[in-house]
Amino acid sequence: MLTIAYAVLFYGAALVLAGGIAYRMWEYSTTPAPLKIPTTPAPVTRGGVIVRMAREVVLFESLFKANKWIWLFGWIFHAALLLVLLRHLRYFTQPVWGWVVLVQSPGIYAGFALVAGLAGLWARRVLVPRIRYISAPSDHLMLALIIAIGVSGLAMRYVFRTDIVAVKAFFLGLMYFDWQPLPADPVLLIHLALVAALMIIFPVSKLLHAPGLFFSPSRNQADDARERRHVAPPLRTAARARQ
Amino acid sequence: MVELKIRAPVSGEDIPDPSAIPALAPGVMAHSKPYVASPEHQEAIGFPGELVDDWEERAVDKLGELVKNSRGLRVYLDTCVKCGACTDKCHYFLGTGDPNNMPVARQDLLRKVYRRYFTFAGKYFPWLVGAEDMTKEVLDEWYTYFHQCSQCRRCSVYCPYGIDTAEVSMAAREIMDSVGKGQKYCNEIIGKVRKYGNNLGLQEKAHRATLEDLEEDIEDETGVAVRLPLDEKGADILLVTPSADFFAEPHIDGLIGYAKVFHHVGASWTISSYASEAANFGMFIGSQDNMRELAMRIRNAAEDLGVKRIIFGECGHAWRAAYNFMNTLAGPFDFLDQRYPIPQHICEYTYDLIQKGALNFDKSLNDDIRLTFHDSCNVSRASRMGDKPGGQYEIPRAILREVCNHFYDMADDTIREATFCCGGGGGLLTDDLLELRIKGAQPRMRAMQQVAQDHGVTHMAAICAICKTQFAKVMPEYGFEMDNIVSVHQMVSNAIILDGQKIDREEGEEQE
Repeated sequence: MLTIAYAVLFYGAALVLAGGIAYRMWEYSTTPAPLKIPTTPAPVTRGGVIVRMAREVVLFESLFKANKWIWLFGWIFHAALLLVLLRHLRYFTQPVWGWVVLVQSPGIYAGFALVAGLAGLWARRVLVPRIRYISAPSDHLMLALIIAIGVSGLAMRYVFRTDIVAVKAFFLGLMYFDWQPLPADPVLLIHLALVAALMIIFPVSKLLHAPGLFFSPSRNQADDARERRHVAPPLRTAARARQ
Repeated sequence: MVELKIRAPVSGEDIPDPSAIPALAPGVMAHSKPYVASPEHQEAIGFPGELVDDWEERAVDKLGELVKNSRGLRVYLDTCVKCGACTDKCHYFLGTGDPNNMPVARQDLLRKVYRRYFTFAGKYFPWLVGAEDMTKEVLDEWYTYFHQCSQCRRCSVYCPYGIDTAEVSMAAREIMDSVGKGQKYCNEIIGKVRKYGNNLGLQEKAHRATLEDLEEDIEDETGVAVRLPLDEKGADILLVTPSADFFAEPHIDGLIGYAKVFHHVGASWTISSYASEAANFGMFIGSQDNMRELAMRIRNAAEDLGVKRIIFGECGHAWRAAYNFMNTLAGPFDFLDQRYPIPQHICEYTYDLIQKGALNFDKSLNDDIRLTFHDSCNVSRASRMGDKPGGQYEIPRAILREVCNHFYDMADDTIREATFCCGGGGGLLTDDLLELRIKGAQPRMRAMQQVAQDHGVTHMAAICAICKTQFAKVMPEYGFEMDNIVSVHQMVSNAIILDGQKIDREEGEEQE
C-alpha cells in the first residue's frame, strides 16, 4: 500500500516537474522580446553572452557585486545542493558511475553546508528589516521545506538509518516499471514526501528562477543593436508590411 | 517649497557614505504623486481621457496582454526569489527610507496583482504568496510608487537574474495609461512632440530665430561665423538633440560645443525642425506605439533631408532609445551611409576627431574648473559608445581629460555601471515631484561633496538633458551653485580653438 502510494506520488511529481518546467520554457521561449534591453556593459557577441551567463550561473557574479552575505550563503547552498544531487545519483544508477562514487564523501559534507547556507539565508530573512519586509509566508515556507529535506536526509545518514539497499531497489524499480517494496521508516517517508512536494511546487513557484535566468533579456541579449537589427516576431509582420 | 532636512555638510565634517542604508520608514513618501494627465493630454496620444468604468477588469486584461508580449516582463515577474540583493540599491530608497522604494518591493506592487490573476499559487493561495486583487488602493499605490522610479536600471545590475524594475514600472505606467490614469508631465510632452516635433512645443519660426541668435552670440564671442543650420536639405549629418539644448542652461553651451566641433572640421550638418527632439518619453510610459511614433519622426526627417548620417546630442534616455530601439522601431536605415555607426553619439564623433588630431584645444581655458563626471544612467546601463563594452564610460572621460586639466572621478561604487541616477530621470523631472527629486539626488550629491572635499572639485559634467536640468535645480540644496553642472560639450566649447578665433585676453593667457 505504502509502496503504491509513494510510487504514484513520485511518478506524479516527476511528471509535474518535467512537464511544468518544459511548459515554462516553452512559454518563455515563445514570448517575444520586443526590444533590445541588455544591462550594459554587455558582451557584443553571442559567445560573450554565453560567458556572461556562465559567470552568472556558476559564480553568481551579479549577486557578488550586490551583497557579500547573500552571495556567500546563496552560493554555498547552491553548490552544496549540486553535490548532494550528484551524490544521490547512486540511488538511480546500477552499476554506480565512477565519478558518482567519487562525490559520495564530499556529498555528505555538502549536506551540512546545504543546511548551513539555508540557515544563513533564513536568518537574514528574519533579522534584516529590509528582507523581512519583502518576505511573504511562502518565502519562509520554501526555506523550511528545503531545510527539512536536508535535515531528514542527514538524520537518515547519522541517526535513523534506513535500509538504503531497499530504497535503491524501490527507485530502480520505479525507473524500470518493476516495483519493489519501500521500507516503512518514518524519517525516510518524511524525506521522500518533502522531496516530492518540492518537485511538484517547482514549476509554480519562485524556484522558476533556475530556468528563468536563461531567458532574462537583460542578461541573455548581446549588445549589438546598431550592428544587427533586432526584430521580435510580432514586429516582423509590421516591418514586412512597410517594406 | 517643501521643507527638507537635507543640508550641505560644513567644511571638514565627515560626509556620509552615498550608499549608507537608511532605517525603514514605511509610508514616508506615500503622499508624493505627480499631477494626473487631463483628458485632453490623454486622448491626444491615444489613451482614454479619464479612469474608465470597468478599469479593474481592463487593467488586469492589459497586464495579461503585456505579459504575453514581453518575455522580459514575464520572466521578471516569475523569477524573483526575494533574496534582497536589490533592496539597498535604489537612490530613492537611500534618499527616503520608504520601503516601497526598494526595487523588489516596488516590483511586488505589480507582481502581487500578476500572481493573483495569472499564477496558480496566487489564484488558489493568495495569502501564501502575497497576491492581491486589483483595487483602487492598489491603483493609487501604483500611481504613487511607479512615479518614484526613474527607470535607471541600477537594481538590474545587482539582481542575480537581471530583473529590471524599469521594465516593471514601464508596464505599470502603460496599464495606468490604458485605463485612463496617466501622468500629466510625460503625456503632455509626448503630445507636444507629436504636434510640434519637440518637448517644448517650439515651432519652426521661433526655432530658427533661436538658432540665429546663437550664431550671433558665438560670432561675438569668437569672431568666427559658426553656423547652426536648420532644415538644410542635402546636409551630410542630421543632428538630433534634446530640445532643452536650444533654451536651457547649461544645455545650450553644449549645443554651441557641437556646432564648434562641426564647424572646425567643415562638416555639413543640419538640425531638423520636424524632428527637433532627441528625447523619447514614450519609453518612460512604456508605450511602444508612442515610442515608434517619435522614432519614425526622426527617420522621416532623415529621409526628407537626404542626410547620410544621424548624430545624437547629449541626452541619456534618448541615447538608449536611439542606440537600442530606433533600429527595431523605425529601421532598417539602409538609406544612410553604412560606414558610420547608425546612430552615432556626439561624444563618439568628437572623440574620433580627437583621436585623429583634428581638433585644437587650449586646456588651460578650463583651469578655473575642477571637474568630475556624472555617468547618466541610461547611457551607462542601457547603451554603449564606441566598439567596446564600457566605451560609454571611457569616451566622455577621454574627451574631458583632453579639454580640462583637473579631472577627478567620484567614488568607484557611484560611477560607471554603479552610477547613481540624478534623481530626475524616467519622467520625474517635474516640479510636482520636487521633494522626491531632491531626496533622490542625495547619493549622487554626497559622492560629489566627497570629491569636492578631497580634490576641490567645483563642477560636474553630464551628457544628459534631464541630468543637467535636475542638477541645476537640486545642487543648491546640497551646497553647490546651480551652474556647477556643465555639459560635456560645454567643456569642449570652452577649450576648443577655432581657426581664426580671437582669444579673449582675460580668459586665456596666451596670445596668437
